[in-house]
Amino acid sequence: MAEISIRKVAKHFGNFTALHSVDLTIADQEFLVLLGASGCGKTTLLRIVAGLETPSQGEVWIGGRRVDHLPPRDRGIAMVFQNYAVFPHLTVYENIAFGLRMKKLPQDEVDRRVRRTAELIHIEQLLKRYSGQLSGGQRQRVAVARALAMQPDVILMDEPLSNLDALLRLEMRAELKGVLAASKTTTVYVTHDQVEAMSLADRIAVMHQGRIVQAASPVEVYRNPAARFVGSFIGNPPMNFIPAKKAGDGRWSVAGMTLDGPRASRSEIEFAIRPEDVEVAPDGVPITVRVVEPLGAHTLITSDVEGHLFRAVLDSTTTVRTGDRLTLAPKPDRIRWFDPDTTAAL
Amino acid sequence: MTAILADAPAAARWDSRRRAGRFLMFAAIVLLCAWVLLPIYLLIVNALSSPNEVTGFPKRMLPSFDTGSISFFINFAGVAKALWNSILVAALTMVLSIGIGAPAGYALSRFDFPGKEAFRFLVLMTRAFPLPLLALPLAVMFIRTGLDDTPVGLAIVHTTLALPFAVLITFSLFSGIPFELEEAAWTLGCTRLQAFWKVVMPLALPGIAASAVFAFTISWNEVFAAAVLTIENRTLTAFLLQSLNVSPLYLKFAGGAALVVPALIFIFAVRKYLFAMWGIANR
Ligand SMILES: Nc1ncnc2c1ncn2[C@@H]1O[C@H](COP(=O)(O)OP(=O)(O)O)[C@@H](O)[C@H]1O
Ligand SMILES: [Mg+2]
Repeated sequence: MAEISIRKVAKHFGNFTALHSVDLTIADQEFLVLLGASGCGKTTLLRIVAGLETPSQGEVWIGGRRVDHLPPRDRGIAMVFQNYAVFPHLTVYENIAFGLRMKKLPQDEVDRRVRRTAELIHIEQLLKRYSGQLSGGQRQRVAVARALAMQPDVILMDEPLSNLDALLRLEMRAELKGVLAASKTTTVYVTHDQVEAMSLADRIAVMHQGRIVQAASPVEVYRNPAARFVGSFIGNPPMNFIPAKKAGDGRWSVAGMTLDGPRASRSEIEFAIRPEDVEVAPDGVPITVRVVEPLGAHTLITSDVEGHLFRAVLDSTTTVRTGDRLTLAPKPDRIRWFDPDTTAAL
Repeated sequence: MTAILADAPAAARWDSRRRAGRFLMFAAIVLLCAWVLLPIYLLIVNALSSPNEVTGFPKRMLPSFDTGSISFFINFAGVAKALWNSILVAALTMVLSIGIGAPAGYALSRFDFPGKEAFRFLVLMTRAFPLPLLALPLAVMFIRTGLDDTPVGLAIVHTTLALPFAVLITFSLFSGIPFELEEAAWTLGCTRLQAFWKVVMPLALPGIAASAVFAFTISWNEVFAAAVLTIENRTLTAFLLQSLNVSPLYLKFAGGAALVVPALIFIFAVRKYLFAMWGIANR
């Protein structure tokens, strides 16, 4: 049982605040993905959990034990580093056995675990090689095997696939998901790749400028962004935003339409819709098509509405050309609203 | 098409200028090589010639591989003891400068501390002190503490000469070993010290050995402190300095070769790591 609980953790580097009071609980056996743009503090948070960085404030608990003053070796964690950190002077076998030998396990147990893990990760034929004789993908596998062989309570991974080429990444992603689910280990996985996050996560924690803005299931994060940033960061292409003016109690005027919305005291809020949640209809937002990009399954069109970028994903059977005038109607149940000041969802 | 033709004379001019530049560079290289290699060549030719050939004229351009000079040198009174002293002092210097220099190099590469840049600069600055300036106070102090005329005392002086290089070479070595490897070792159950011994040390060992050989060579070649601080326990350099101005020419050549050749071999063996150090020091 290893639940991770991060309580009011902050981290300052000199005057710079990398993390502002982060609270996050990760359930036992959960696969949590920390998702955010580069520089938002994902690695810092992960390293604080690992014990490679000390928090400026706050507490870290793993499996009911407060660990923030313990060195990494006493936390029951294993980590997979972005650059793999496979020891170059040891064979693959000795790399995987390294942590087991530190635990002083008997030789036959070490051997059994190394071979079983190697088989699981499909590197049993590489055991005698050195890291210099491996490809990037193989090194990645060794790093994962080395962590898994420890049978840790918690596995921490920092962008483990980011140095692989696209095809290999796809393959490793699926494999990792299977292996980690089978191992029933609590996993914290850092990535800036939203597709990776969506495909792997039980729950995604979206980070922005040192804060967690939303922690929820992939579908929830996609459908109901808790903040404007989440909508603008997740989704390819991301959400469209248009300012809305008050037009009565719970009524808002958006680019010529009048829609039902939240009962807010403000006179201006923001209307948001995902590009795939609009359809060509007689009533709606009038646009002039600026760019047409046929993508096979769909056609992506780009235009602007009152000076704001507006994209729509239409069925590829629709024939549109640059310069065409269309009316796009948002699906009513997919409309979201945001407070322009707090950026929170309304 | 026309544009290319119009450019042809300009290109030709460039070409000839480049050729002239290359010729100059080759000439400079040949000159520099001759500057270094010719004396060494003459030294070795004469050391490997018989005593008569060394003093005779005209000179031979190829050695006759006569061991007369060398064997006379080896059997010369006091040479064996001086040789032993040289090795002893150099070995002590090697141990001391790595024992002190490697931890300093590690600290410089791994930790950020106030005054780090100043410290690195200071390490280099110690080389700016002329040894003769320090020799008199050092000799006085050594006599007071009883360190004068001992291999240990001389090794301490040689260590101060070798230490800056030991620090800079090991600094560049440790900097080349990713910190992530140590962190990985920590997460796999190592303490800081264990991670150093199990991961950093094996990776740094060849370079550390090279740095040790370099410290050995510095001590082996040093003559001033050796001549001032030793009387009975002369090292080879000090011994040759003292006795060779009264000894025959062929003995000087043999003695010179005995000093230069091991040093050359050592430096050649560790050249890769010295270049690394200079790359760092030039930054
Ligand atoms: N050791 C450090 N010293 C100073 N600033 C740092 C240090 N480590 C990270 N930072 C800063 O903290 C911020 C978050 O970094 P990081 O956690 O690595 O981001 P991410 O992994 O999300 O890309 C960045 O702006 C980075 O420059
Ligand atoms: Mg990072």
